[in-house]
Amino acid sequence: MWWRGGDSLLWVRPRDTDWEGVRLHVVTGKGGTGKTTVAGALAIALAAGGRRVLLMEVEGRQGIARLFDSPPLPYGERRVAVAPATPTLPGGEVYALAADAEAALIEYLEMFYNLRHAGTALTRLGVVDFATTIAPGLRDVLLTGKAVEATRRRSGGRLYYDAVVMDAPPTGRIGKFLNVATEVSGLAKVGPIRGHADTVQSVIRSPQTAVHFVTVLEEMPVQETLDGVAELRGLAQGGLQLGGIMINMVRPVDLTEEQLRAAAEGTLDQHELDTGLKAAGIEDRRGLAASLAAELTEHAREELAQRAQRSRLAEAGQPRYDLPLITDQMDLAGLYRLAAALRDQGAA
Amino acid sequence: MRAGPALEVDRLLDDPRTRIIVCCGSGGVGKTTTAAALGLRAAERGRHVVVLTVDPARRLAQSMGLSSLDNTPRPVPGAEAEAAGGSLHAMMLDMKRTFDEIVEAHSDPDRAEQILANPFYQSLSSSFAGTQEYMAMEKLGQLRHSDEWDLIVVDTPPSRSALDFLDAPQRLSRFLDGRLIRVLTAPTKAGGRAYLKFVTAGFTMVTGVITKIIGAQLLRDVQTFVAAFDTMFGGFRERAEDTYRLLQAPGTAFLVIATPEPDALREASYFVDRLSSDQMPLAGLIVNRVHRSPAAHLSAARSLAAAEVLQPVPGSGESPFDLGENGHGENGQHGENHLAGPEAGVPDLRGTPASAATTSRHPLTATALRLHAERMQLAERERRLEESFSASHPVIPMAEVLAQPEDVHDLDGLRSVGKELARGVRLS
Repeated sequence: MWWRGGDSLLWVRPRDTDWEGVRLHVVTGKGGTGKTTVAGALAIALAAGGRRVLLMEVEGRQGIARLFDSPPLPYGERRVAVAPATPTLPGGEVYALAADAEAALIEYLEMFYNLRHAGTALTRLGVVDFATTIAPGLRDVLLTGKAVEATRRRSGGRLYYDAVVMDAPPTGRIGKFLNVATEVSGLAKVGPIRGHADTVQSVIRSPQTAVHFVTVLEEMPVQETLDGVAELRGLAQGGLQLGGIMINMVRPVDLTEEQLRAAAEGTLDQHELDTGLKAAGIEDRRGLAASLAAELTEHAREELAQRAQRSRLAEAGQPRYDLPLITDQMDLAGLYRLAAALRDQGAA
Repeated sequence: MRAGPALEVDRLLDDPRTRIIVCCGSGGVGKTTTAAALGLRAAERGRHVVVLTVDPARRLAQSMGLSSLDNTPRPVPGAEAEAAGGSLHAMMLDMKRTFDEIVEAHSDPDRAEQILANPFYQSLSSSFAGTQEYMAMEKLGQLRHSDEWDLIVVDTPPSRSALDFLDAPQRLSRFLDGRLIRVLTAPTKAGGRAYLKFVTAGFTMVTGVITKIIGAQLLRDVQTFVAAFDTMFGGFRERAEDTYRLLQAPGTAFLVIATPEPDALREASYFVDRLSSDQMPLAGLIVNRVHRSPAAHLSAARSLAAAEVLQPVPGSGESPFDLGENGHGENGQHGENHLAGPEAGVPDLRGTPASAATTSRHPLTATALRLHAERMQLAERERRLEESFSASHPVIPMAEVLAQPEDVHDLDGLRSVGKELARGVRLS
């Protein structure tokens, strides 16, 4: 298997990671950037070396089930993957949870008021939906509350999960989502929800939590990342910790600098290309050199545009990690490759 | 071989009966850009167009070269619509202001003030999950009724799922008009007590639990809000139903936007099914960011084989992340990169490994052939995905827009997207 291919040291090497001490990893990103995939890869990377990690989604999309090619997740924590074992350490485990506000509310009622039966009846009456509707933010505080509960859960004198990774709402909503405990606190000035919100807030705004951004090297996603970073930085005064920027779908560049410039300017030597095609034994070469040159030009322009986006991301001042483009359909092997890239660069 | 018919964009845009175009699809597929490109093209072909975006990231503003958009349609500078007798305006939805305007328009000043000051109203109007969608529909209705524009292009809110957009308005109106909220708030209204007699212990339990969950003070805010808002309730449902009917009317055309990726096409598929079960007029599917090759006659396999003839070194084109059998040496380098600090943490993906460059003849051609093979494989995957979509939805017209090497961020870029959309023929 690939991870035994001489690089297993990567998995066992005792070393500091960039997010030592962080136990709740919140992963956000613009739609289409591969947020769920990166969250999954991060969970696997964190689980390496015999650790137990919970990967949790909050938007009811069953994205995790699709990622791990498993049937839809119930409201319950279920093991979906193992991190690679090494000769000296057992493989870690990744559990998954599709969190749901109603179920979380019933759990909450049961925990604090012993009201499970009432809770179930209330769901039927639509009361739960009603309550989460008239208290905007209640839904979000229940979901973040669930993540906080899992982060702090103890069993047999030790923490139950070594880390929790949350596949959070997209960048456009993340500020509100994470600040919701404050919004609810402002709305419900007294009462149990207020107390609950305060607890949630104290964990979210602590060094135990970090918010990572997933982006690709395109203008709009990069802009949203920068906006999101700026927004959260505003909340950082309250203790919210910004995490890393995960640059997804990075393509390797096969051209030398010189070729890249020439290709971008459209001044590649087509005669040289054609000679090469001839040497490669391609007979029907009519127009081929020109077409390939056009493809190279597009590729080079893309690369230069991506470099410009990369330097914009540098302005955010947060650590950045590159995740390679997986050209095949994303499967477990692809996820492991992304996980290895994250570990390799110190993200986990 | 193509399964679906071609989407004739210009015919849709030119038809004076087309009054509303709704662009929908999952996040990140280029809805906003498509809406802007369609609006610009229609305007430059002589329509009086307003583009309504509900995206808080101001992406439309960026791509239309505007520094800001607010709740009023603003003319788009640089649109060459006048020559054709058309015009182009754009606006970004301010949902709170739209909500406030409805309140102000439908109640006397005192009551309006009371509502606007209510803490529950304030959070409802700025953060209720369905408010944005609801207000988008409201604004669409207003623009349509004003009759100032003969074509409205709407970019739907960035919902978690494309379907939220259709459901949210009804959800909000059902909620505001709901029985539960009336029962709960009954004690504050005249006549409420008579109603209460029928609601027995269950009611007390319900209020009790809700008080536990949200606190008595919030419940009181809700009660005063409902009392003040009471006269508008019926109106809310009516308006939601009106806009819903507007969407079903023949002048409306839905365009589902996707990219040739499994998730986006799956969402598109759900959306298409939903539109048809709700009898909403679907005009077609637009697939953005499609990859094609100008040298499609050279297959991926032949291209790779030719590259190997020139450059028989295995693994030279692989990513430094690839931890496969060939990846060891590169990984070593990589770890050092990381140790050098965050700036050096950006892996150096440039340059062919030196060993490969020295052993290969015609390295440029070999690279070109490899890139070509990659592109052919990508194009093939995309085509398969599109074909499986067409197979399950054979009558839906489709149009493709090729991936652009750079992002669209000005009117020229939008114009060329519009041109591609209008090509109407699928490029397979």
